[in-house]
Amino acid sequence: MSVLLQIQNLSKTFHKDTVNEKIVFEKFSLQVEKGDFITIIGSNGAGKSTLLNMISGSIPMDMGNILLREKDISKEAEYKRTKMIGRVFQDPTMGTSPSMTIFENLSMAAHKGKKFNLTMGISKKDISQFIDLVGQLSLGLEEQMNTKVGLLSGGQRQALALLMSTISNPDVLLLDEHTAALDPRTSERIIELTQKIVEEKKITTLMVTHNLHQAISIGNRLIMMHKGNIILDIKGQQKNELTIEKLLNCFETVQKDDVFSDRLLFS
Amino acid sequence: MDFWINILEQGLLFGIMVLGVYITYKILDFPDLSVDGSFPLGAAVTAAALIKGIHPIFAIFLSCIAGMMAGAVTGYLHVKIKITNLLSGILVMIGLYSINLRIMQKANVPLFNQKTIFSIGIQPIWIILLFALFIKILLDIFLKTKFGFLLKATGDNPQLVTSLGIDIGFTKIVGLMLSNGLVALSGSLAAQYQGFSDIGMGTGIVVMGLASIIFGEAVLRKVSFILPTTMALVGSMLYKMSMAFALKLRFPTTDLKLITAVIVALALALNEKKIGASIKKIFIVGGECPVTNTKSIKNIS
Ligand SMILES: Nc1ncnc2c1ncn2[C@@H]1O[C@H](COP(=O)(O)OP(=O)(O)O)[C@@H](O)[C@H]1O
Ligand SMILES: [Mg+2]
Repeated sequence: MSVLLQIQNLSKTFHKDTVNEKIVFEKFSLQVEKGDFITIIGSNGAGKSTLLNMISGSIPMDMGNILLREKDISKEAEYKRTKMIGRVFQDPTMGTSPSMTIFENLSMAAHKGKKFNLTMGISKKDISQFIDLVGQLSLGLEEQMNTKVGLLSGGQRQALALLMSTISNPDVLLLDEHTAALDPRTSERIIELTQKIVEEKKITTLMVTHNLHQAISIGNRLIMMHKGNIILDIKGQQKNELTIEKLLNCFETVQKDDVFSDRLLFS
Repeated sequence: MDFWINILEQGLLFGIMVLGVYITYKILDFPDLSVDGSFPLGAAVTAAALIKGIHPIFAIFLSCIAGMMAGAVTGYLHVKIKITNLLSGILVMIGLYSINLRIMQKANVPLFNQKTIFSIGIQPIWIILLFALFIKILLDIFLKTKFGFLLKATGDNPQLVTSLGIDIGFTKIVGLMLSNGLVALSGSLAAQYQGFSDIGMGTGIVVMGLASIIFGEAVLRKVSFILPTTMALVGSMLYKMSMAFALKLRFPTTDLKLITAVIVALALALNEKKIGASIKKIFIVGGECPVTNTKSIKNIS
C-alpha cells in the first residue's frame, strides 16, 4: 500500500486575533493509503467539514502541508485541486446545475479534466453511454434525461451528484454527510450506491457521517474526531470487529474526559 | 406599414443588444451595467472608423472587439480585484464615457455622408434581419457547446464549475466579453442605421434590455421548446412596439426612459412568478447584500 494523501501539521484558526477566535486544528496530521475508504465521525464542531474543505481548497489553511500523490497542493487554488478531487456536499443542490438537463450535467462531469471547447456539448456516442450510467442508479432517471435537474427530488439529485463527482475517476473522493439531508430510505439507497461506485472504481474515499451504523459497516478504516484531534483510529481486522456498543463507549469516555478537564480548569 | 417596419428594424437591431444583456443577466447571473457604456462605445468606434474611410463591415468588427475589451475590464475588476459586480460595471460605464468622447472627439458625429452597411441599396430590414438571425443562431449553437454549458453552469451553480476543475473567474470574464461584444455590435449597427453617433445613446440601455427580456418572457414563456434567444428578440420587438405606441399617445420622446423604468419596476413589483423572476433574483435579493454585508463599510470607517 502506498500513501496517497498526506496531511502534515495542519493548523487552522478562524477569526484569528479577534474575540471570536476559534482554534479548530493545531498540528493535525493524517495519512491516507491508496484505496482506503475512511469513515469519519465526531461531535459537532469537531472540524470534520473544515478538514474536507481544507483538503479541497475551499478554505485556506494557516499552516501545514497537504500532499496528494507526493505533490504539495497546499498552495493550489481550489479549481486546480478539484481536477484530482471529487466531492459531494450535504446540500443536494451543490453538485448539479439545476436549470440544465441530466444529459447536460453528465456531459460536463464527463469532460472534467479535458478541454471545454467549442465542440458540441453532447455528442451522439455519449448519449447511450450516459443512459446506461444513469440506469445503473435504478432510480428511473434514464427516462428523464432531458429533464432539468432542478425538477428532481433531493435523493435523485444527490445520486446524480455522486455519479458526476466520480465519473472522471478522481484520486480522492470527499463526502461530507452527503446523505444527511435525505429521508432514511433514500439515504440508505445513496449509501449503497456510494459503496458500489467506490468499490468498482477503487476510489480512495473520506466519508463524514453522523450515522454510527454506516461508519462501522462501511470502509476499511474509521476515524473519530473531537476538537480538531483524532481520538480514535481503527483499521483492518479491528474495524471489522467493531460494534456500536464499543464505539459508544469510546464516545462516552471522550465526553467524560471533557467534563473532567473542564472541572480541572475551573477548580 | 412604415410604422411596423420601423418597429421590426429597431426591435431586431436593439435585439442584438438584448441578446448580450441576456448573457450576463440571465446566463451568468451578473448584473452588468457596463453595457450602458459599451453600446455607445460600439457607435463611437464605428463613427471614427467610417470617417477614416474604413469599410463598414470592418467597422462593425472593430466595434465588437472594443466592446469585448470593455467587458474584459469589467470582468477583471470583479474577478481579480474583487470589486462587486455592480460597481465594476459602473466604473467601466463611467470610464467609457470619457473614452467614447475621445474616440468621437465631439459629443455627436453625423454619419449621413459616410458609406454604411445600409448604403448598398437593400432595404435596411433585410440587412438587420440577417445580422440578428445570424447572431441569434450562432449564440444558440454556442450555448450547446461544451464551453457554452460551462457558461450556463457558471450562473447556475458556480460551485459545480469549480468542482469541474475550471476557474470560475475565467468563464465570467469570457461571458462578459461576449455580452459586451454583442452590445457594442448592436451600437455599431444603431449608429449606421440612425446616421449618427451620440455620446448619450447608451443611457438606459441596460434597463431597455431588461424590459425587453421581461416582455419576451411575459408573452412567450408558456410556449414549449422556445429558445430564450427567441424570447429576447421577440421581447425587444415588443418593447419597441410599446414605445412606438407611447409616442402615438403623444408622450414626448424624452418620457420614454421614464416609461421604461416604470415598466421594469412594475414587473419586479408584481409578485408574479417567472416574469422577471430571474431578474428579480439578482436585484431584489442582490439589493439586500449591501445591508447584510457591512464589511465594505467597516473597511471605510
Ligand atoms: N467559516 C467559519 N467561520 C468561523 N468559524 C467556523 C467556520 N467554519 C467552521 N467554523 C468553526 O469551526 C469548528 C469546526 O466546524 P466544522 O468543521 O463545521 O465541524 P463539523 O463538520 O465537525 O461539525 C466549529 O466550532 C465551527 O463553529
Ligand atoms: Mg460538518
